[in-house]
Parts: sequence; structure tokens; C-alpha cells
Amino acid sequence: MTIYLNNVTLAYEKHPAVHHLNATINKGDWLAIVGPNGAGKSTLLNAMAGLTTVHEGSIEGLCSDTIAYLPQQAQLDKSFPITVFELVFTGLWAKLGYTKSLDAEDYKKCTAAIAAVGLHGFESRMINTLSGGQLQRSLFARVLLQDQPVILLDEPFNAIDRKTLIDLTELINQWHRGQRTIIMVTHDLDYVQAHCPKTLLLARECIGYGSTKNILTVDNLKRARQLSESFDEHAPWCQQGAA
Amino acid sequence: MDSIFVSPFTDYVFMQRALIGSLAVCLGAVPVGIFMTLRRMSLTGDAMAHAILPGAAFAYLLSGLSLIGLTVGGLIAGLVVAALAGWVARTTQLHEDTSLASFYLISLALGVLVISLEHSNVDLFHVLFGNILALDNTALWLLAGIATISVFVMAWLYRPLVIECVDSSFLLVSGRASLIAHYGFLFLLVINLVAGFHALGTLMAIGIMILPAAAARFWAKTLDVILITSILISFFGCYSGLILSFYFDVPAGPAIVLSLGVVYIASLMFGYNGGFVVKNREKRHLVG
Repeated sequence: MTIYLNNVTLAYEKHPAVHHLNATINKGDWLAIVGPNGAGKSTLLNAMAGLTTVHEGSIEGLCSDTIAYLPQQAQLDKSFPITVFELVFTGLWAKLGYTKSLDAEDYKKCTAAIAAVGLHGFESRMINTLSGGQLQRSLFARVLLQDQPVILLDEPFNAIDRKTLIDLTELINQWHRGQRTIIMVTHDLDYVQAHCPKTLLLARECIGYGSTKNILTVDNLKRARQLSESFDEHAPWCQQGAA
Repeated sequence: MDSIFVSPFTDYVFMQRALIGSLAVCLGAVPVGIFMTLRRMSLTGDAMAHAILPGAAFAYLLSGLSLIGLTVGGLIAGLVVAALAGWVARTTQLHEDTSLASFYLISLALGVLVISLEHSNVDLFHVLFGNILALDNTALWLLAGIATISVFVMAWLYRPLVIECVDSSFLLVSGRASLIAHYGFLFLLVINLVAGFHALGTLMAIGIMILPAAAARFWAKTLDVILITSILISFFGCYSGLILSFYFDVPAGPAIVLSLGVVYIASLMFGYNGGFVVKNREKRHLVG
């Protein structure tokens, strides 16, 4: 399914965080959303996940039962007393709902997903004993179980070591080969250049959208830095689209 | 020797009723308390307990100390405050504690005002400190009914509640369950507080929610074991509180909560999951 961002504006207290953005994301794309701090990357991802309201324009082609969303680790309560297995099996929520219990096949799926992210043997470990990398692996296992056509990843490799990064990238590669749409927010431009075919360079406005090598140019990056630093307390109302 | 611990309950019907009533309150309230401690909402219960007051006060003005009146009044006041606070927390930048505090203070002020209209406030002692030693049949049915509803709703909401606690974005992305878990939990909190105020009074009822849950954390690691442990602790607290109240002629509500307090402090000291003694004595570690 193709995702259309039509003239999307997202705002905090009337100040735009993402301003009049247009883009078309095709099925099977692996898209990196990059840009300086405050460029609106995570805000845009949250809007795609349905977590924030779209102030103007629309996002089409996404609905709640086609998305798997990987939040930033800081949003989790790591002290909650559940095990890796329990965290991972919530990926089956869409199938199991409130009360259905796991059948033998579900068990097999969960164990396989945990093994696939390299956490075999960690099933009954409490999540508060995991390292950042191990927790990220279990969240990837949950995404694996969710088995959705669109995968949204918010800074998946923040504070993650090299080995974990390589393993998880292999997983994303498999999703990519399986024609899933992957949209990730990241700060790591080297990573984007090495792996992500497409890039959206954002600095509140769209600086560039297209194939990564055309977008991540020195000029574009410089422009992105300048744009995101400007913030006008007394900015007038935006007239774009009003006419 | 046995008879000292058993005979009050075999010899006196009011003690039997007190025990049955308080155990029923525990079954409903303790699981709610566990989620409150895990969601860092331990003091929310206190706030809600105060929020119930104006409902009970209005009901008292209208119908006197009628059980049904007080229950309905308390439920309405509690649910209105919970719904408003939940709505504000989800739609504005205020966190849940602030929005709840705002509404419960309004509610409490209203309650105090209404009570002062009715010049004798002695009778409302019942609302504040409960009436566990004088439970009649209607009251017992009410407590049992609320416990039953609470246990079933909790079982149904258990999974989304756990998910919501660990990763609140997860359910938000995948549909309506987040909303249901949020309001469902506040509903459970309110009905259990209303049950609790009949038995132990609005203030002491929170003790049954929070203390067993807090104590159990020092004995158990996983959520299921925490649940069972805290239910057992709460049963023990009710039993020993009633025994103390019987032999030393002290009010039952505070005696129950104080018993739970003793268990909590003992767990804090000696619990093998992070209690002081174990934490400071056990320095060994495994090889891998």
C-alpha cells in the first residue's frame, strides 16, 4: 500500500514542527527520515503512527492494523516486572486481544522470534536486567511477531553497540526483501548512506526527498542546519494553503 | 491455644461477617493496588478516596445513612472525577497526578461544604472510618458483588493494562484498547474504594490497596507471583487486624491497616528480593 503525505503540517503551540510536507512513500520502500535536532523527525513518525494529531493536510494509506511501531527506549518503563517472553508475545496482541491464550504455534512463533534476534535463552529474564542492546533486540522481536506491512522505527540504533546494530540491520534487510515498508528516524548519516535506499531530509520543511545519494549532499545538509535553527517568536500566521 | 485464634470467628457472627467482608474487599482491591504501585500512582488512591466524599455527603443529606444511597453517591462522585481527570490527562499537557489532584480538591471542598450544611458531622464518621464490625446482609452482598465484578474486569483488562504500563505507545498505535484500559482501571479503582469505604472507611481502604502490593515487591519478582503474594498478605492482615481488634478492643479498620504495616516493614527488612538485610549481606555472585 502506498503512503501519501499530503501537505502535512504538525505543530506545537501553533509553531510548526513539520511544515507543509508532501511525499509519496511506495510499498517496499526503506526510508530514512533525517535532519538536525528539532527538525520534526519523531513528530512526523508519531503522526504516521497515529500518536499525534495532524494540524493540516492528511496522511493516507496508513491504518492502525497495518503498522508495527518501535518507540524510543526512553518511552518504556523498564522497571515493570515482566519477562522478555512476556514483552515479546505482546506482539501478538492483534491476534490474541484481551483474553485469548497462546496456543502451541504461538509459543513456537515467540520462541523463534526471540531466537531470531539473538536472545535465545533470555526468555525468562526480567526486562529490568537487560542491557540497552538486549532490550532493543526484544523490541525487534516484538515487531517481528506483529508481522505488519509497515514498520516505523524511532531512533532504533541510539546507544546500541556495533554487533547489535549489524544483527538488527540484517533483520531490517529481511523485512526489506519481503517487500515491507520501513520508515526509520535516525541521526546516523553514515548508516543511512550505507543501508537506506531513500531519504527524507527534514528541517521542519522538506529539504529533499528521494534516493539517498541525491539527498545527502553537503549543500542540503547545510541548508537543513540553518533552517532548523531559525525560530521566530513573533512569526505571522502562515498563509500557504489558505488561498 | 487454637481457640484463641479461631474462636472469635466461630463464636461471634459479627466477626465472621467482618472477616468475609474484608477478604472480599481484598480480592477486588489488592490487584488494583498492585497496578497503582507499578504505575507510580500510589497516592492516586488517596486522591480518589477524597473525591468520593461529596457524593457520600450529598447522599447522606438526601437519604441519611442508607447503604445504597452512600454507594451510589460515592460511585457517581468517584467516576465523574476519574473520567474528568483521565480526559484532561489524555488531552492536555497536564500529567495524570496534577489533573486528578485538581479535580479531587474541588470535589473535596464541595464535600466539606455539604457536610457543614448538615450540622451534625458525627454520623459521617462512618464514611471516614468504615463499619467493618457491623456489616449487615445487604452490605455483605454489596462487598461480594463489587469484588466479583472487580475480579472479572481485572482479569479481562490484565493484558492491556500490563502492555500499557510497559509501553504506552503500543496500544495507542494499535487501536482503542489503550482508552479502555485507562478508563477501565479508573473504574476499578472507584468501585473498590466504594467497597472499601463501607468496610474500612475512605482513608483506611487505601491501606488494603497499597501496603500488600508494596510488601509483596520484596518477596516476588514476576507479576503473577506478586499478585498471589500480595493477596495472601492482605488476607493475613485482615485476619490479624480483626483478632487484635477483638482482644484489645481497638477499632478494626486501623488495626487491619497497622497489621499490614507491620508486614510491610518486615518485608522491607527481611524480604529476599531487595530487602535491607539480604541486600547488605549477600555479596556473592555467580560466574556467568
